[in-house]
Amino acid sequence: MMLASTANDLFWMSRYVERAESIARILGAARRISDVPQVIGGETNEWTSALAAAGQLHAFTATGRAPDEESVFAYLAFDEANPSSIKSCVAMARQNARSVRPALTTETWEAINSAYLEFRDIERAGGSRRQRQDFLRWVLDVSLRVSGTAFRNMLRDERYWFTRLGFYIERADNTARILDVKYHLLLPEHADIGGSLDYYQWAAILRSVSALTAYHWVYRQALKPWLIADLLILREEMPRSLASCYDNITTFLDELALAYGRQGPAQRAARATHSRLANTRTDDVFKQGLHEFLSDFLAENNRLGTAIAEQYNLI
Amino acid sequence: MAGVMGKTAKGSEPIGSGKPFDEMNGFDGECREAYRALKDWLEETPTDLLDQRKLEAEALFRRSGITFAVYGDKDAEERLIPYDLIPRVLSGAEWNRLSEGLTQRVQAINALIVDLYSKAEILKAGIIPEELIYANPAFRPEMIGIAIPGNVPVPIAGIDIVRVDADDFYVLEDNARTPSGVSYMLDNREVTHLLFPDLLGRNRVQPVERYADELLAVLESLKPVNSSGDTTIVVLTPGSYNSAFYEHSFLADKLGVELVEGRDLFVRDDILYMRTTQGPKRVDVVYRRVDDDFLDPLTFRPDSMLGVPGLFSCYRAGTVTLANAVGTGISDDKAIYSYMPEIVRFYTGADPLLHNVPTWRCREPEALAYVLDHLGELVVKEVHGSGGYGMLVGPASTQAERAAFSEKLKKQPDNFIAQPTLALSTCPTYVDGCIAPRHVDLRPFVLTGASGTRIVPGGLTRVALREGSLVVNSSQGGGTKDTWVLEE
Repeated sequence: MMLASTANDLFWMSRYVERAESIARILGAARRISDVPQVIGGETNEWTSALAAAGQLHAFTATGRAPDEESVFAYLAFDEANPSSIKSCVAMARQNARSVRPALTTETWEAINSAYLEFRDIERAGGSRRQRQDFLRWVLDVSLRVSGTAFRNMLRDERYWFTRLGFYIERADNTARILDVKYHLLLPEHADIGGSLDYYQWAAILRSVSALTAYHWVYRQALKPWLIADLLILREEMPRSLASCYDNITTFLDELALAYGRQGPAQRAARATHSRLANTRTDDVFKQGLHEFLSDFLAENNRLGTAIAEQYNLI
Repeated sequence: MAGVMGKTAKGSEPIGSGKPFDEMNGFDGECREAYRALKDWLEETPTDLLDQRKLEAEALFRRSGITFAVYGDKDAEERLIPYDLIPRVLSGAEWNRLSEGLTQRVQAINALIVDLYSKAEILKAGIIPEELIYANPAFRPEMIGIAIPGNVPVPIAGIDIVRVDADDFYVLEDNARTPSGVSYMLDNREVTHLLFPDLLGRNRVQPVERYADELLAVLESLKPVNSSGDTTIVVLTPGSYNSAFYEHSFLADKLGVELVEGRDLFVRDDILYMRTTQGPKRVDVVYRRVDDDFLDPLTFRPDSMLGVPGLFSCYRAGTVTLANAVGTGISDDKAIYSYMPEIVRFYTGADPLLHNVPTWRCREPEALAYVLDHLGELVVKEVHGSGGYGMLVGPASTQAERAAFSEKLKKQPDNFIAQPTLALSTCPTYVDGCIAPRHVDLRPFVLTGASGTRIVPGGLTRVALREGSLVVNSSQGGGTKDTWVLEE
């Protein structure tokens, strides 16, 4: 048994850290593709896609700024007015962590607190491209430190399970969103007409979920869009895939159900999604329509978050 | 007589001679026994090592989030309380004397509060004027007639002590509401362990870390009359924006209990519950760090968002213990303070072991006249004030400040007391690369449970870092020191 607000803070703490990492990866991938010579790159604006993948396109457009590298980076990384900027995520994660300080190990608390303190220094250091790249690396390190200390040191009890649940629900959301923004590039009919731009784009998708190397290990062939979809949606061995996220989500929800002696709507919903992912083939996904499939998934994942909050009195 | 209590201060001679007593070097520059090992160590330790350790200490505090918020200072959301590297040392014999006096005083405070909210015998005996109690905003009529668990309204007290020579301890202030600072007592010792293990090794210092165990035992011993089977304890905090939030979270952690905010609790049928992931869970003892006013909007301030509606009716029904009880602030009042020697005699039948600082109660016309004539030599304080705010330190004030202050005094004499400027003792302190004497006070934490009073040997030493300053409050640039009590 634990305080419901503690569970809520732990859940959101790890969501925010994972979100910060995800935005850092999206920015890194966008940067990389925007380096591709214009001849190949054509007119696509990677920075608009980055905003869409981060779920911030509307909010950014409303600021009236042009979606260039400078301002998108500023908005997604440093803008305090953007509640999903990396800076906001770090501050919120730290606020959640501070509220539940006793529920965390010293190492996890210090990982988050140091990140919060270092952020100011890093921000002050300025914004050359080189520094931005260092910054993105640093964000990944922070996320690694937070997850790593939690994984290595936390007691395997409800505190840990809620922490991991937040992490995987956020992760599933991010992967689905990144795929959805580029879904048109992954349609099979596109493969024939795709040129080298597509190749860069495909690689960028994989890179933004750090799966480029994994792809080669799993398939041992050149990038094929349907295989990318397969990897990121259905492959359980791929830690950022939707299937893997749900494998973990059901595991941790089951642990909770076992410890509390009862299960509810959250367990049933998670298991339904998990088994659907396990019983789906890539063909089915494309038959249903990739975009439709992903939209449905995002809505379902969102509903699961609400179901968890309701079932466990999170406020 | 002009309302001067305790030792009479003729004129306003500072207590103690002109030159302050130094706890390491006494009045005459000869090292006192308890400080010998420390002094040797200071002499052989190069200052660049101290500088380096100071940086390490700051990084440590920052990384661990040992910070406090300063009200009215937006830029500094969280600040560090400066930690001074050089510990303060009390001998075992000094501590034993002090500890006896503290026990006596806190027992009298507990008896006073129980009495004021029941038979009020001390008022019938004419020891304290009735209007000083009944017209006092810190007096809570809601408490009258309520059975206080264990008859201990003040399980946790922080008594501010100063000294002016080798022998005498003076009580400067009694804190019977929600005294803070104990986390610094414990953290400062941890930091000394980390930074100067060799120094600790050379001295036989009594440990402080059992404070949490003692506190837990005290809270468990005070479970309510109508409690549930097992005693569930929580720490109630106003939230993470409160200046002392770090301490609240620290204490919950050390006690191994939940840290809750008002929104985590609710009342049903006069029983208090917390919201958990598995539904409501009954709560028996609340170590609350929320002020009386904000505790329960149904009984106290209706606009409070920090409290729990119905909490006070649980208390009245005996299903919950509040530690400390409501209405204990009456004994913190500085006008009541001036009666403390009589209060101690009244309840314990013995002479007080700790001195009170002579105090002019400005509500008495003769005293007011005296104070107005001698503003330049006195310290004038608000009776309900704390944190060093709203006071005038005569010797450090300008003519204009004194003029403004006498207007305030004349308008609301009831609101003020005055005391002679104390020549507070000094301790060697590391400032700007030098070791120099700075004024200190001491806040020991006195715990009282159903079976008596316990004091962990130590306390929070606050030090005024500015040369000559007597204001030790952390909100006004004071620092802290690790406080050692040596084995006898």
